[in-house]
Amino acid sequence: MQTDGASPVLSMAGLGKTYGQGRGAVEALGAIDLEIRRGEFVSVVGPSGCGKSTLLKLAGGLEAPSRGTIAREGRPLDGPTRQTGIIFQEHVLFPWLSILENVTMPAEVAGHPAGPARARALELLAMAGLADFAGHRPAQLSGGMKQRAAFCRALIADPGLLLMDEPFGALDALTREELSLDLSRMWQDLGRTALLITHDIEEAILLGDRVLVMSPRPGRILADIPVPLPRPRSVETAALPEFHALKQQIRSIIFSQRSI
Amino acid sequence: MTDTPARWRARLEPLAIFAALFLLWELAVRWFALPSWLLPAPSEILATARDWAPELAANALVTLRETVTGFALAVAISVPLAVLIAFTRVLRRVLYPILLGLQSVPKVALAPLVTLWLGVGEAPKVVIVVLVCFFPVLVNMIAGLEAAPRNMVDLMRSVEASRWQVFRRLRLPFALPHIFTGCKVAVTFAVIGSVIAEFVAAQSGLGYLILMSTSQSLTPLAFAAILLLTLMSVLLFYLIEWAERRAVTWHM
Ligand SMILES: Nc1ncnc2c1ncn2[C@@H]1O[C@H](COP(=O)(O)OP(=O)(O)OP(=O)(O)O)[C@@H](O)[C@H]1O
Ligand SMILES: [Mg+2]
Repeated sequence: MQTDGASPVLSMAGLGKTYGQGRGAVEALGAIDLEIRRGEFVSVVGPSGCGKSTLLKLAGGLEAPSRGTIAREGRPLDGPTRQTGIIFQEHVLFPWLSILENVTMPAEVAGHPAGPARARALELLAMAGLADFAGHRPAQLSGGMKQRAAFCRALIADPGLLLMDEPFGALDALTREELSLDLSRMWQDLGRTALLITHDIEEAILLGDRVLVMSPRPGRILADIPVPLPRPRSVETAALPEFHALKQQIRSIIFSQRSI
Repeated sequence: MTDTPARWRARLEPLAIFAALFLLWELAVRWFALPSWLLPAPSEILATARDWAPELAANALVTLRETVTGFALAVAISVPLAVLIAFTRVLRRVLYPILLGLQSVPKVALAPLVTLWLGVGEAPKVVIVVLVCFFPVLVNMIAGLEAAPRNMVDLMRSVEASRWQVFRRLRLPFALPHIFTGCKVAVTFAVIGSVIAEFVAAQSGLGYLILMSTSQSLTPLAFAAILLLTLMSVLLFYLIEWAERRAVTWHM
């Protein structure tokens, strides 16, 4: 991937999405202006149904915008690209493939040689603590392990941007915390740019360099809050007074919208 | 290891129930002294089956051949057709109503016509079996090809998979269990189809044997043929289920 440091990894201007037309039309997303710079981890929080998933699908080129423009590395985005990895709320592993085959699938689709792809996949699986499960079927893994495997699959094509839609949403609280911290560490090691969608304020702060707070539908960005907490972050980070102050600030923004 | 006795029990239980039913049947026939032409006892059916074994085997072979040929042809036609219908909007609009109309025609009513056109050989039986099997396979296959969840399709799109790759790597494996479901429904229909076709006009087959033996009051022979048909149907069903277990090694 070219590194002309000038253009942001992702930029949106006046971006909006309306599903359907006429009387059945649903305005899911208002006007979104957003820039994500290289190496940044941006979290998005917002109430249910405010258009978070829509925002992510637009960013991934899976949906076409109704209004505004969207650019990837300075070039207009006109469809999905392998330069963007996506992790969905459900792990979306193919049950008929082994974990290893699931992880190498994007490389195979791209027509990359099997040998190096396999080696890279095993490397990523080892990093995610799944070295012993490469030959297993998804059904034999726990929810957290499946999501780790999906994470490896998203990284196999070495994408310049990682999009995550509530990747821990289906997991229990303990697994969730462990996995999100693991992910945060992996992300830092790899120096990856990421957009994380979550409804968990603590998770947004714990992982993000910035937290974007969205309004109820049609979603707009109400606030863009920097998170100046030191890295690497851990369970202790959540005990810092700054952490609580941020959490309070974000909560009050969300609740101020509710009372209207 | 611990579940082995339980599994054996699960296998033996139905057999035991059938044995009990046959025993009850035998006792009832003897108790009420029913005449053989009305309801023969299982022991008599068995004895007749032994006497007529060569005829039963030869006719069973004919019916089996018609059933399997018709079923295989139906699968061979409907699978590619399902792919075409699932992936081309025009064909879907044009073909689907035609096929639906065809399905609404009672196949039994067609049997005499098909016999009129194709004679009394095995060909009209095969055609009836194809007509009977075709739809369940087609409908299940189309449903299967369209069953891949949205997020899996989105995942394939996100890695820039071509339409062919989405089909080959996602939709086809996803449709596989549905195809087997269609085949299991179809294969039981297939046996019925060939027997009905044989009823219309035939010189061989178990359907022909049933018709022939009842007209001559050889009721035990008719029963033997019916039991053989049932056995054939059950065996074909389990054959497909066995193939399914080998092919579909995952669960969702
Ligand atoms: N494909 C679609 N067609 C029509 N309407 C849609 C579609 N996808 C989403 N919507 C509508 O757009 C709005 C925003 O949906 P979206 O999934 O983006 O919200 P969300 O913020 O991700 O919600 P959640 O937190 O519950 O996941 C909702 O009102 C939804 O009904
Ligand atoms: Mg969502």
